[in-house]
Amino acid sequence: MEIFEYAPAPESRAIVSIRPSYDLFIDGEFVAAESDRRIVSVNPADEEPLSEVAAAGDADVDRAFAAARRAFERVWSPLPGAERGKYLFRIARIIQERARELAVLESLDNGKPIKETRDVDLPLVAQHFFYYAGWADKLAHTGLGTRPLGVAAQVIPWNFPLLMLAWKVAPALAAGNTVVLKPAETTPLTALAFAEICQEAGLPPGVVNIVTGAGDTGRAVVSHPEADKVAFTGSTEVGRQIARAVAGTRKRLTLELGGKGANIVYDDAAVDQAVEGIVSGIFFNQGHVCCAGSRLLVQESIAEELLPRLRARIELLRLGDPLDKNTDIGAINSAAQLARIRELAAAGEAEGATGWSPACPLPERGYWFRPTVFTGVTQAHRIAREEIFGPVLSVLTFRTPEEAVAKANNTPYGLSAGVWTEKGSLMLWTASRLRAGVVWSNTFNVFDPASPFGGYKESGYGREGGLLGLEAYLG
Amino acid sequence: MPDTIPGSLRAYLHGLPGVDEVGVQRRAAGLATRSIKTTAKRQAIDLAIRMVDLTTLEGADTPGKVRALAAKAVRPDPADPSVPSVAALCVYPDMISTAARALAGTGVGLASVATGFPAGRTSLEVKLSDTATAVEAGASEIDMVIDRGAFLAGDYAKVFDEIVAVKEQCGEAHLKVILETGELVTYDNVRRASWLALHAGADFIKTSTGKVTPAATLPVTLVMLEAVRDYQAATGRQAGVKPAGGIRTTKDAIRYLVLVKEIAGDDWLDPAWFRLGASTLLNDLLMQRTKLGTGQYSGPDYYTID
Repeated sequence: MEIFEYAPAPESRAIVSIRPSYDLFIDGEFVAAESDRRIVSVNPADEEPLSEVAAAGDADVDRAFAAARRAFERVWSPLPGAERGKYLFRIARIIQERARELAVLESLDNGKPIKETRDVDLPLVAQHFFYYAGWADKLAHTGLGTRPLGVAAQVIPWNFPLLMLAWKVAPALAAGNTVVLKPAETTPLTALAFAEICQEAGLPPGVVNIVTGAGDTGRAVVSHPEADKVAFTGSTEVGRQIARAVAGTRKRLTLELGGKGANIVYDDAAVDQAVEGIVSGIFFNQGHVCCAGSRLLVQESIAEELLPRLRARIELLRLGDPLDKNTDIGAINSAAQLARIRELAAAGEAEGATGWSPACPLPERGYWFRPTVFTGVTQAHRIAREEIFGPVLSVLTFRTPEEAVAKANNTPYGLSAGVWTEKGSLMLWTASRLRAGVVWSNTFNVFDPASPFGGYKESGYGREGGLLGLEAYLG
Repeated sequence: MPDTIPGSLRAYLHGLPGVDEVGVQRRAAGLATRSIKTTAKRQAIDLAIRMVDLTTLEGADTPGKVRALAAKAVRPDPADPSVPSVAALCVYPDMISTAARALAGTGVGLASVATGFPAGRTSLEVKLSDTATAVEAGASEIDMVIDRGAFLAGDYAKVFDEIVAVKEQCGEAHLKVILETGELVTYDNVRRASWLALHAGADFIKTSTGKVTPAATLPVTLVMLEAVRDYQAATGRQAGVKPAGGIRTTKDAIRYLVLVKEIAGDDWLDPAWFRLGASTLLNDLLMQRTKLGTGQYSGPDYYTID
């Protein structure tokens, strides 16, 4: 007898009004693009179109950079830091006031559960603006200088659309730079809502410019001669192209790229919390997380105890309507990403690993992929080496701490890692040997604006967040 | 009959996996955001009412007060006969005969605290005779307290043996073992005390007496639910959990039910395996139940104060 089943608890989408069509945001106004190409943004949970946005062409990007240059020279960089801080504080407060609306919009456009946009994305977005607003009048105390670089070209991914915007825009503005930002092709809507917030906050025209578009627009933005600084978050492959394009120019560059994070569970770990950490490490945001703990390295002596617990926990995950407040796993962001996840999962099976998924039903329409755990994975398998960027966990075992560290570091990436042990000395021993920009101790996927974030090796260079995050925007 | 534990009790209890404080609090906070609406809320409220151990444990308790509360336990809302009875009435030992007469034939359980409740700082003889008297007077459930002093001093054997002895005195009566988690302080201690009580024969493990702050919390209850879940997996025997103290609102109660559902599983969503020790909670449950039915809140004066 089912005596207590959760009823549907959908967040209302009435709070959001999405326009049928959006122009580019240049020089403080929404202006029609000269390019006549358009992009349709769809809701990945039901494949229904949400809105149509412009695909900015070269001439549009030129206009955006001209506006950003003007604003940098005439308004923003001469403005006292305390005044810049006021604008940022105002933006942060408006984001908090409109948090519910923005959370719903983000869930619609991205497919991630409302639980996450409401409790993780939006609070962090506001915190980032508050944090860097506080730095704006204290640059002289950073030891990094007080001179902004100029115009920053920023290209952000689709996995945390508004949060990645905040990571890029907040430090740039606090340091006195102006920006031309290109949101991801599949998730432009919250960036356009942010443009409205800039207007609402009375931000001087040209300080923030938002040009929507796909890869061509992105290339035009990062290779624009007026860009003094390029900041990119996305795939390692595109990161390489950008590094080549920027090489030999005066432009400063920060890259935050892919990862294949290891989550190391020692045999003395707090098992129930480690299971939680494994689940949030790989299934948070459908695994569309560059720092996801996509490789579970579990000590062989507890693997047999841990894995059934992990499977039992995964059985409880609720997959479905991203706007339902009880949904744990939302939709895959796009058909292209779903195809990539499917391809790699198929490669896992073909190479001899064993896949397992809970028997949860999938909605008929939209892009969906069940949480999946592969056991019997070896270091040589593609699913242990390539970033899947989806809800797919590869389980490997180890026998000694040395082996754990060697396997964890045996990847071209180096963005994140997690370590689970109740023994402090082993925690410190392990953490100090991991070549990863973030090492989480008995937790995973926890973020704070005061904490720098970035990668080793092919996960990129430069740091975002914290005091170090300002370094990328000060010369 | 207590389980046989190979080797030393201390080695066994300290060999249980640790509990990470930050992690367990995070998990409990995450589950507290579950949104329980419409039909789910209706189911949850009725289930919560059926799980209430309606409690009065005051020095000022009188037969009159206990009779009034017994009437409320049987029929919580005199205006609405569709409201189910609560699970049990929970009183001090000297009130049992009064309560037993009031509850005879109603199906509502009769729980008595015993063993020198709430501190338990008395001799084993007194604890055992306290228990025996309560059972003789008609208690169908005994809520005992563990010797927290012995536990904190590391004398696990003393705690274990006391539970075994009290269980023996209980006969047919169900034994709930109160850990008084507010005095054990750490989640590691809560986990060890839970396993110790389960192995010693507890039918239920209960968080608190209600006389110590903090009383029941979501993370503590989560750790105890993990214990009964894992204990069943290890031994095949199912035991129950009872958070008590500080659960006052329907929202609180529903959060506990969510924990039960997602930590221990649907098998525990039954008054036989989960209880809510409370006094004021019941009126809020009744008020929310009426609100769901009529769409309107009636004032607190429409619910009896007993």
